[in-house]
Amino acid sequence: MSLVQKIIKRYPEGRHKSALLPILHVAQAEFGGWLSPETMDYVASILNIKPIEVYEVASFYSMYNLQPVGKCVLEVCQTGPCWLRGSDDIIQYISNKLGIQPGETSADGMFTLKVVECLASCGSAPMMQVGNNFIENLSVEKMDDVLKKLRETHNVPSPDYGSPYPVNKA
Amino acid sequence: MGRKLLLKDINVPGIKSFEVYRKQGGYASVEKALKTMSPDAVVEEVKKSGLRGRGGAGFPTGMKWSFIDKKSEKPRYLICNADESEPGTFKDRFLMEYIPHALIEGMIVSSFALGAKTSYIYMRGEFRWIFPILEKAIEEARAAGFLGKNILGSGYDLELYVHSGAGAYICGEETAQIESLEGKRGNPRNKPPFPAIVGLYGCPTVVNNVESIAAVPHILNMGGDEYAKIGIGKSTGTKLISASGHINKPGVYEIELGLPVEEFLNSDEYCGGVWKGRKLKAVIPGGSSVPILPADLFLKNAKGEARLMSYESLADGGFASGSMLGSGGFIVMDETACIVRNLWTFARFYHHESCGQCSPCREGTGWMEKVLHRIEHGHGHMHDIDLLVDVAKKIEGNTICPLGDAAAWPVASAIRHFREEFEYHIKYPEKVMNPKHFEIEPFRSEKNLVMA
Amino acid sequence: MIKVTIDGINTEVPEGTTILQAARQIGGEIVPPAMCYYSTLKNSGGKCRACLVRVAAGSAKDPRPMPKLVPSCITMAQDGMVVENITNPQVLETRKGVVEFLLLNHPLDCPICDQAGECDLQNFAYEHGMAKTRYEEERRTFDPIDIGDKIKLHMNRCILCYRCTYVADQLTDNRVHGVINRGDHAEISTYIEKAVDNEFSGNMIDVCPVGALTDKTFRFKQRVWFTKPLDAHRDCPKCSGKVVLWTKGNDVLRVTARKDQYGEVKEFICNECRYDHKDMSHWTVEGPRHIDRGSVISQNHYEKVDLVKLKKDVERQLKFQEGKRLEQTNNSAE
Repeated sequence: MSLVQKIIKRYPEGRHKSALLPILHVAQAEFGGWLSPETMDYVASILNIKPIEVYEVASFYSMYNLQPVGKCVLEVCQTGPCWLRGSDDIIQYISNKLGIQPGETSADGMFTLKVVECLASCGSAPMMQVGNNFIENLSVEKMDDVLKKLRETHNVPSPDYGSPYPVNKA
Repeated sequence: MGRKLLLKDINVPGIKSFEVYRKQGGYASVEKALKTMSPDAVVEEVKKSGLRGRGGAGFPTGMKWSFIDKKSEKPRYLICNADESEPGTFKDRFLMEYIPHALIEGMIVSSFALGAKTSYIYMRGEFRWIFPILEKAIEEARAAGFLGKNILGSGYDLELYVHSGAGAYICGEETAQIESLEGKRGNPRNKPPFPAIVGLYGCPTVVNNVESIAAVPHILNMGGDEYAKIGIGKSTGTKLISASGHINKPGVYEIELGLPVEEFLNSDEYCGGVWKGRKLKAVIPGGSSVPILPADLFLKNAKGEARLMSYESLADGGFASGSMLGSGGFIVMDETACIVRNLWTFARFYHHESCGQCSPCREGTGWMEKVLHRIEHGHGHMHDIDLLVDVAKKIEGNTICPLGDAAAWPVASAIRHFREEFEYHIKYPEKVMNPKHFEIEPFRSEKNLVMA
Repeated sequence: MIKVTIDGINTEVPEGTTILQAARQIGGEIVPPAMCYYSTLKNSGGKCRACLVRVAAGSAKDPRPMPKLVPSCITMAQDGMVVENITNPQVLETRKGVVEFLLLNHPLDCPICDQAGECDLQNFAYEHGMAKTRYEEERRTFDPIDIGDKIKLHMNRCILCYRCTYVADQLTDNRVHGVINRGDHAEISTYIEKAVDNEFSGNMIDVCPVGALTDKTFRFKQRVWFTKPLDAHRDCPKCSGKVVLWTKGNDVLRVTARKDQYGEVKEFICNECRYDHKDMSHWTVEGPRHIDRGSVISQNHYEKVDLVKLKKDVERQLKFQEGKRLEQTNNSAE
């Protein structure tokens, strides 16, 4: 049984629309880290729902990227508890280092910088999420190292964008 | 050392696995409940325990369970609310990551009590790596006969699934969570009808926080009356507190409710005091939504009595001089913190997370954020302060779900207790140009200068 | 039947009636305003918060007041319920706030908006709003777009009542537009360039309480108060064929469905009636359309006085004065 069919089976008969959020996660991870209109239409056809129902949902949740992203998406938390421990400096540092503003992708297509709201890791602030991982207790001094490692692990033909559901990466 | 229940075995090597968890006495409550108790008897024990919802509202869990519509022919559902997103709160993630079976065990006995045959754990989408941890725990429990058909020969069937959200704070609100689980936008529903009558797929549903559910096995093992003896007054049991901000030891701590706040803040067993030897300025004791308290009102209530970590003591004085235990997101600020900037980040958060369905919240949260942004960046006017108070008042209580209240309370309380700091930003725009203004020179009240 | 008291006036309604419907049964100024609720569209209501009222007593069985103001459009009336609408200062203050919130990002481009003169938001703001806004920030803006060749969408004016999405869901077989994004960036959209095209899509224009969705075939043709509305009908195989013709001389400028006194269409019409028969000879004209005296469209309209209605209005006024709890402020006797 395919992963998608397994997911749909988790919900009662006739309630397959419940599988929409999970399947969008899978689709995003499989199709280059973002949801193009074609990808969303495809998801709609799998679940036999109207395309607009998918657009409505995909645009509501902040984890779905509706624009293409770089190979490595840096999601830096900026809410109160992280700010108290210096998230502003981290964002500023990444921004200067890569020459991009929040929301932008670096010219080489490697990094996308996103500033996000609380990721529930306030005890290890400041922090950011990259794919499936939280990178915690950041400091400006550590950032060069962190970015260097990320560049190495993500500079591959099909980088891991992360998904809660096990997507097989070729 | 306070009593530990949920995190008692946190340091046992391999506690993530079924084997070790079982060896430590795990799943005893499932055996006890399914073999020797009726569902109603389980509900009764939870009622007796006095357990209050750990997600923030503090509503008695046993009472919530007793509201579920048992006359309905429809299937019943239990949803575990693992959409932990309140700024300052990270206890549920900790629990699921390090002792996943505590939640699975709790889900089995709670589902049994409610008569649910299918239950879901609605997990915050961002916790992507915890997903396989829970899935593995579920598989292990199933292999051991604690899930699936005819559990332990009792005739009770249960299927348990993890469902992933996708980044929306609002889905922590129970009706929004139900909508989201149905594959829709996370727009909260108007209540009534309450989920206990019309919930998931129109069926009777209970939504409980991770920590509440994880507490149920302990209640069954020791008995509700025994559990109720832990803690103080109506704040029974132990509670996980997520400590963050300007302290020496941020992290998740389990406390017995009733612990003096001063001990929690300063003892080396817990937060280890304010970092860098600085002075305490303010504390938000229950996650970003609850009112902020200045140091003096936080340590002692308005009557001069020492405050305790309990639902009642933290709320003492109402909103005039008290706050709330909320979800236990304990955010500490030292003297270099700027209350206005911190509040602006919260306002930005609520603006970002408002679902946009009802007008006061949709428009009001954005308005407050913009005004606070102006004040913090040195472009405020004196009348902006009263404007903020009035906008907060117009949102509070007038929205579909409590996100409106959650957005209004921090604004109202920060101005109530730190008005002078807002005025300072407006009077001396040049001094707040640098975003680190109070790190360079902590804010001092002008009134005190004159008096000294 | 259950007994309900609204602003001191007693009425009897069937069980399962909402507070708003009970108030509409009484009629007059005690009827709460509704910006998102639409009785003929399922699931509408509860969003705009314009109709919030105070429940001073929940029911005869449980006479405790409700802790918060409740949306009257979706809250069921209970036997013995006591409701305060315009007699409660808190309700009026909150409503003032709702007007302010709805106008926060609204462009106030009434002088060039086709909806002016028949706009629910205009009426709501006039009756319940403040004279000035306290908003100094930049407004959120969108570019106007065409959704289909007959409908113009001005997202700037939208108040996100969701009515048009319910029309698409409940009247047509294929919804292609919806609400995308979140919070104050939420917008009505087809997401990708797509035309809303089906037999009943034009009803989206009629249910829109503001000028967000307007009829492109009527765009900038005429201010609505310079037109003469006529009730008319034709034999239509697709719909009731009962419409209002908005005319000037012998020209039919616009065709709409018939709205009742609360702005609601009870019988929706098809696109053929709306767009393809702008010729007086295609219609059987019944007579002039009744327009409320308070409306700007009523200027230069002369109608026979409805004595029955007048009597009812006067009786209600008297009853209201009796039950009124607010102090008399303009007592000329003193």
